[in-house]
Amino acid sequence: MTAAGAAVAPDLPDLLPAVKPRHGILGFLRRHPTIAAGGALLIAMLMMAVFAPYLGTVDPTALAPARRLRPPSADHWFGTDMLGRDLYSRVIYGARVSLIVGFAVATLASVFGLAIGLFGGFIRWADALLMRVMDGLMSIPPILLAVALMALTRGSVGNVIVAITIAEIPRVSRLVRGVVLSLREQPYVDAAVAAGTRTPMIILRHILPNTLAPMTVQATYICASAMIVEAILSFIGAGTPPTIPSWGNIMAEGRALWQVKPYIVFFPAVFLSLTVLAVNLLGDGLRDALDPRLAKRL
Amino acid sequence: MLAHVVRRVIATIPVMGVVALFVFSLLYIAPGDPAAIIAGDQATPADVERIRQSLRLDRPFLIRFGEWVWQILHGDLGTSIFTNLPVTTMIAQRFEPTLSLMVVTLCFAVAIAVPVGVLAAWKAGTWIDRSIMAFAVFGFSVPVFVIGYLLAYVFALELEWLPVQGYTPIADGIWPWFENLILPAVALGCVYIALIARITRASMLEVLQQDYIRTARAKGIGQRGILFVHALKNAAVPIVTVIGIGIALLIGGAVVTESVFAIPGLGRLTVDAILRRDYPVIQGLVLLFSFAYVLVNLAIDLLYTVLDPRIRY
Repeated sequence: MTAAGAAVAPDLPDLLPAVKPRHGILGFLRRHPTIAAGGALLIAMLMMAVFAPYLGTVDPTALAPARRLRPPSADHWFGTDMLGRDLYSRVIYGARVSLIVGFAVATLASVFGLAIGLFGGFIRWADALLMRVMDGLMSIPPILLAVALMALTRGSVGNVIVAITIAEIPRVSRLVRGVVLSLREQPYVDAAVAAGTRTPMIILRHILPNTLAPMTVQATYICASAMIVEAILSFIGAGTPPTIPSWGNIMAEGRALWQVKPYIVFFPAVFLSLTVLAVNLLGDGLRDALDPRLAKRL
Repeated sequence: MLAHVVRRVIATIPVMGVVALFVFSLLYIAPGDPAAIIAGDQATPADVERIRQSLRLDRPFLIRFGEWVWQILHGDLGTSIFTNLPVTTMIAQRFEPTLSLMVVTLCFAVAIAVPVGVLAAWKAGTWIDRSIMAFAVFGFSVPVFVIGYLLAYVFALELEWLPVQGYTPIADGIWPWFENLILPAVALGCVYIALIARITRASMLEVLQQDYIRTARAKGIGQRGILFVHALKNAAVPIVTVIGIGIALLIGGAVVTESVFAIPGLGRLTVDAILRRDYPVIQGLVLLFSFAYVLVNLAIDLLYTVLDPRIRY
């Protein structure tokens, strides 16, 4: 009956293919290609740093005066420096310093910045004092502040981390304080106060979780900037001691010879730029994913 | 209005106070006893004590800080440990190259970044916008000395279009002066351009959604008029703000750029002072740079009312 009598609705043309919602990590990465690209590049660098001894490297500090300044070849992929050290090994091991400094500064600056920002955002008398101090520190250009602090101490990875962290804290605490000040006007905070919740609990349960999204984004940017500042400090001779192969140190050593042997500066420069790029891409992606309102504005 | 200016100027005093306290503590907690260093190896403890008293190093922290601030307010930044010259003299000798570099970079960066940011906002979502923003991410990621070496290698060593390194004072002619500054200014400007272009785009995108832009378009005003007269004017406040904040990037970058391009400016002086642990010079430079930074941002703060008459105090 149906075939002969009643008209059958014609098939709709395939104008709008059905939206297939993708779930899980793969779907998330597909929706945020910058996170996927940045994350993949960063993981590659991390693996490289962790497995440095197994990547065909030799001792990055081994001197070989007979093989000085060799250009890149099958034996020495990136060539050798003026002391005959293998540049490939030095560059691979150099990833460790950059990544350690980047992650350590991002973590420490976030923790201290969060503490100061939360404290200042909630306690009036401390706020005025803390923010004056932060304004003062913020008016010293961060690289200059880190350089001045490094002048006080010996060069070591730990001291570099502390110096850069101090230079980064003011910006983080300003950000957190701003977020806290807007959050405490929210109706749910009023509700919590009305219900008799004590201030520490309000901070812990209602304010802190809401600062984490902007903090995570900020932390990735701090990580990127810390890696650049570390390289700059080492490059001008105020960073990690020259015995440690860091990208900044390798470039500082290649500086005198860069016109005739540009590859000494070139290889660490490429790796440093790629690593910072990876972290920045990750940061941009996280910003878009975690904070759509901010993403529209930036 | 005048009351507002006075209030803003007064507000910078505590900020500079914190900077001064930090810079003074730098010398106070610096390792090594200045009295013992000046006295030399042959000195007896009595000699050291005498020098310490003559330098007033035996006074309490706050009194010494007060005296030090008093000195600075009278234009005395102390004497270099290394060259025995007054710090103010050393800074004056190195001032011109750094100021030149900063001003050239600032002009060039703003001249590129603002139109590029406007273009990205106008073409938002297209491949033009995407590639401009991709370049901005690269600008953030490639450190200034890497760009510096790359530019010097390509344009000075390979193509031989521009001098590799060095600085020519402006008194020796505008072109030789400018020629030497092109590569350093481009290298130093990259991060700055990325920063300003991003904010310009964001600020413009917000303004372009406003009703009065649609009205302007309905009136038949051309695209250029809408973008640069109606929209950019209203988007100016965040852009100008980030130009001011970015000065900190320029100052930090100048330290490195001057090392790469062998420019005998304040940045080189900073590096030399750090390597020699010449604390009075470091103090003077940090103080000077911070003061300049605070002044620029104060000027920008006062500029807001000119840029946006809706802002009233």
